[in-house]
Amino acid sequence: MRHRMPGWEKVLRYLLMLAVLAVAVGPFVWQLSTSLKGTTEDIYTSPPRFLPAHPTLHNYAEVADIIPVWDYALNSLKVAVASVLTNLVGASMAGYALARLRFRGRRVAGLAFVMALLVPVESVLVAQFTMVRDLHLNNTLTAVVLPGSVGALNVLLMRNAFAALPYETEEAAVIDGANVWQRFVRIALPSVRGTLAVVAIFAFMGAWDDFLWPLVVLSDPDRFTLTVGLNFLHGTFQQNPRLVAAGTVIAVAPLLAMFACLQRYFFRGVGEGAVKG
Amino acid sequence: MPVKSKVRTHRAVSPWLFLLPGLAIVAAFSLYPFLTTLGKAFTDARTLAPGRWTGLENFRDMLQDEQFWVALRNSALYVVLVVPFTVLLPLLLALLVQKQLPGVAFFRSAFYTPVVASVVVVALIWVWMLDDRGLVNGLLQLFGAGPVDFLGSSWLLLFSAMALTVWKGLGYYMVVYLAALANVPRELHEAAAVDGAGALRRFVSITVPAVRPTMVLVGALSSVAAFKVFSEVYLMAGPTGGPAGQDTTLVMLVQRTGTGLNGRTGYSSALSLVVFAVTLVLMLLVLRADRREERV
Repeated sequence: MRHRMPGWEKVLRYLLMLAVLAVAVGPFVWQLSTSLKGTTEDIYTSPPRFLPAHPTLHNYAEVADIIPVWDYALNSLKVAVASVLTNLVGASMAGYALARLRFRGRRVAGLAFVMALLVPVESVLVAQFTMVRDLHLNNTLTAVVLPGSVGALNVLLMRNAFAALPYETEEAAVIDGANVWQRFVRIALPSVRGTLAVVAIFAFMGAWDDFLWPLVVLSDPDRFTLTVGLNFLHGTFQQNPRLVAAGTVIAVAPLLAMFACLQRYFFRGVGEGAVKG
Repeated sequence: MPVKSKVRTHRAVSPWLFLLPGLAIVAAFSLYPFLTTLGKAFTDARTLAPGRWTGLENFRDMLQDEQFWVALRNSALYVVLVVPFTVLLPLLLALLVQKQLPGVAFFRSAFYTPVVASVVVVALIWVWMLDDRGLVNGLLQLFGAGPVDFLGSSWLLLFSAMALTVWKGLGYYMVVYLAALANVPRELHEAAAVDGAGALRRFVSITVPAVRPTMVLVGALSSVAAFKVFSEVYLMAGPTGGPAGQDTTLVMLVQRTGTGLNGRTGYSSALSLVVFAVTLVLMLLVLRADRREERV
């Protein structure tokens, strides 16, 4: 017989969940509310007012006048999309070779990816910066994308996904005369769509949200991504919270929309990444 | 004969073609930079000058550098004060949303929201909330307290950044714990409940032992992340690290000394090696503590 939850426990749980909800989501709502308050409305009231008296999009127009926020958004989008594509192609190919092909040096190749996982980005930051400068790539979006273009963790995730597939389907294809490339594209890849989605989503989120590396590489305000642009906005217009709020809403809205649509892949990604990383 | 040779070249070449993009990127942007960092740490290189071998001089300079000790202290404090919360709070949160109740899936997703947002976005939100006339002080004033100048003193600023880190990580580690809790047999809890064990007793003697490996994993992940903290403090305290630079963290110091046209590449590489060594030691320590406890 199943233990039934007493009524008081249910009430307590919902109350606690509502409290955590306020703490987790409240700040975003507050930011959205601030961004919609007009210049004449007092934003420093106590008690704080969550609903704008006269909601206006004025701050969004103004933030676009001060910094090229839509260009920054486009830069972030370019970086994120490029990172998704390179990670999908690079990680699935390498993962397939590690999981399915037999050749000398396979263990060494696998070890290279594991070792790369042990080197924190922060500890090679300066070396990467020097290298990108020597290649005359500093201040370009290419330089922003390159270091994370094939994540070692993604390669290992793809390897595990391919290794979990049954051999039989591919054996049949070998007998039919399919070569390695055909087996990879037509049989193996369609079977790991779930993991590909996880890699794509986390590559997008990682690139869109990244701050330290773009901050180091990009010095020309025309080339900024959204995160670096927001830092610039914050440094220059700190005294106007409405504008900063509008900027942050522009930066966070696309990702929250994506999260709302693709939740289960976000949760799967955490499970796989944390356990196997 | 031609068929056979075709098969052989296939075997030898194509695996490496598959590996080429991934291996090239990882080698060029992770393994090779690590080796150059190792090499440059013993030189007086600058951004625009290769520099000469100076032996251990960078490390001797480090010991004399007041900023280094401040940064090391802040990064270490970050680990000590943040990790207990990131190990325990998400576990409690996972227990809260684990039961199948109507609407619980919505709460789970909502709790994950701060994870999805960029650290830059959430840091700027917090800066505005913690403003001396912001939301938090507005609420405090309702209870006749405050205003507290959270971002004015170096200690309060650092603690605020830590709170932000804990808050942003809650949802992520909650999902990690949810996966672990799904494997705890329900019968154990039911049997204990029949025996009259209270909620706290069941938490300590059933839940904790069952998810202990996950707690160790979360501890390792979050302590490494906490030691490498950059963005939260950089955004809340500013590029120079708050009042008199007292909020500088180690990675902030790496970034400040090593990048830009006047970067001291050599010295910054030496600092980078410290970051690398400490994160490696942290990981080994946590994993070893785990093994020792198992033996007892």
